[in-house]
Amino acid sequence: MDEIQKKLNAPSKASREDVIGRIISYTCIAVIIALVVSILYFITSRGIATFTTNHVSLWQFLTGKQWNPGTLSANGQPQVGALPMIVTSFSVTILAALVATPFAIAVALFMTDIAPKTGAKFLQPVIELLVGIPSVVYGFIGLTVVVPFIRHLFGGTGSGILAGTIVLFVMVLPTISSLAVDALRAVPTYFRSASLALGATRFQTIYKVLLRAAMPRLLTAVIFGMARAFGEALAVQMVIGNAVLMPHNLVTPTSTLTSQLTTNIGNTIMGTLPNNALWSLALILLLMSLVFNLLIRYIGKRGEIKS
Amino acid sequence: MTPNQTDRIATQLINFLVLIVVLILLFLLGDIIFSGFPHVSWHFLTSPSSSFSAGGGIRDQLFNSLYLLVLTLLISFPLALGSAIYLSEYAGNNWRTGLIRTAIEVLSSLPSVVVGLFGYLLFVISFHIGFSILSGAIALTFFNLPLLVRSIEGSLHAVPDSQREAGIALGLSNWRTIRGIILPAALPGILTGIILSAGRVFGEAAALIYTAGQSAPILNYADWNPTDGSSFLNPMRPAETLAVHIWKVNTEGVTPDAVSVSAGASAVLIIVILIFNFGARAIGNHLYKKMTGGK
Repeated sequence: MDEIQKKLNAPSKASREDVIGRIISYTCIAVIIALVVSILYFITSRGIATFTTNHVSLWQFLTGKQWNPGTLSANGQPQVGALPMIVTSFSVTILAALVATPFAIAVALFMTDIAPKTGAKFLQPVIELLVGIPSVVYGFIGLTVVVPFIRHLFGGTGSGILAGTIVLFVMVLPTISSLAVDALRAVPTYFRSASLALGATRFQTIYKVLLRAAMPRLLTAVIFGMARAFGEALAVQMVIGNAVLMPHNLVTPTSTLTSQLTTNIGNTIMGTLPNNALWSLALILLLMSLVFNLLIRYIGKRGEIKS
Repeated sequence: MTPNQTDRIATQLINFLVLIVVLILLFLLGDIIFSGFPHVSWHFLTSPSSSFSAGGGIRDQLFNSLYLLVLTLLISFPLALGSAIYLSEYAGNNWRTGLIRTAIEVLSSLPSVVVGLFGYLLFVISFHIGFSILSGAIALTFFNLPLLVRSIEGSLHAVPDSQREAGIALGLSNWRTIRGIILPAALPGILTGIILSAGRVFGEAAALIYTAGQSAPILNYADWNPTDGSSFLNPMRPAETLAVHIWKVNTEGVTPDAVSVSAGASAVLIIVILIFNFGARAIGNHLYKKMTGGK
């Protein structure tokens, strides 16, 4: 009797298996969460050392124009002004997005409304191939084709914001295009039918109906592209010139947050001010990627098509 | 201007912009292939690189890239699979799941250089592992995980619920249903996802510069003992990959034939990635046909 009772009360083989399955998958997800938390924690704790250990004022860091962390300025303060890099990073990002967006929307419209068949057969692989090209290859082509071309046109070294913008434009183009395609596909067909039934031309439909209905998601696509451009390191580093100077025009060498990081983090000693200052740059990058993320969520939430 | 004229002009403009995009791609591929191929030879693929003299090859870099790719997939695939199973089969629709999804989104939006620096901080400095293939593989895992999780979760979602119900109705546990029914059905999608992510891992460099390092020590390809310092299988040795090599010879400027070496290496990189991309599609289609019994 007891034995039978025990057998009946004990968990079955199936439920034991289920427990194992749950444990495995819960562990995996826990590892990922721990990972994200520790990335945020480590970068933040390193990044704020400039302000807590070295007592640089945050305002000075964000607005100073002199970047020379090894030396002190006349009034005994370390020269860690990150403004030139912040300005350059934003300039290349915004310019690249501005140039890429019309092209991306044209590609998306071509694929959804103008010639869907040719689009799927021909343009889709083009976009996928562009996504697949590694960033160092973009940087290498930038270095061997774009920079000499700019040098030829404007003189100087050829590296600078313009070269960075051109390289980033090609890099974010596929990202923005494929998300824009999704955005336009999400607009219900009856929007198009209704507009055409009113006698609107295709362009009127595109301009007055499609683009407006898809606007929030198109914006998200552009922000995604900007996030990619802002965080891109090597391709930009190869063409930007890497001189920490306030950019005065588009064709003089300057430096972005990412390029400064990749160039110098290996040449500084852990725990010293020059090193801490670089980690603060990494912290800015991290915070900006969080901001882009929040923007995408906010716009995405407001822009859901209600039908 | 009548609306019809506007329409025609706008269509022309869109076609023109699309043409430019296609031309850009053709130019890129043409440039890579025509400037790169003349430098790709058997000698180039099988001789070690040289820093200060011309004529170096990419043998060790190519091997390092492949080895790193294999290690990365070995670490990231089980983790991604488990997480994707959690998200698609176990997670409820509540704030906890929302938080987990947000965390994965944050991870995927982090710039790869930040991920690389985190790996540098944690493994190279704190754990004293040094520049090594292992540190590199773990850093690439961080970078690879969110994409892999998303693509695997997508293919698990695509399996119809009737399959799950059939499994439960047979008296199988949830876990058996997942292992025996859902996973095989989702396999083509999962494989495609893995191969596509392999292409990205293969071309990644920013996350590797400070984790796997920028040097390629002399390797002994006859030494199969992974614990030997010079063995090609040793995961604790620094390893410069193909992508990092392209970056390094261009920025350090001490290699006299930097341009031709990187042109050749770029061509090799692109070709491997093209093979991955086409392979992903071919294998996915083939498996799908085989498993659904379609022709």
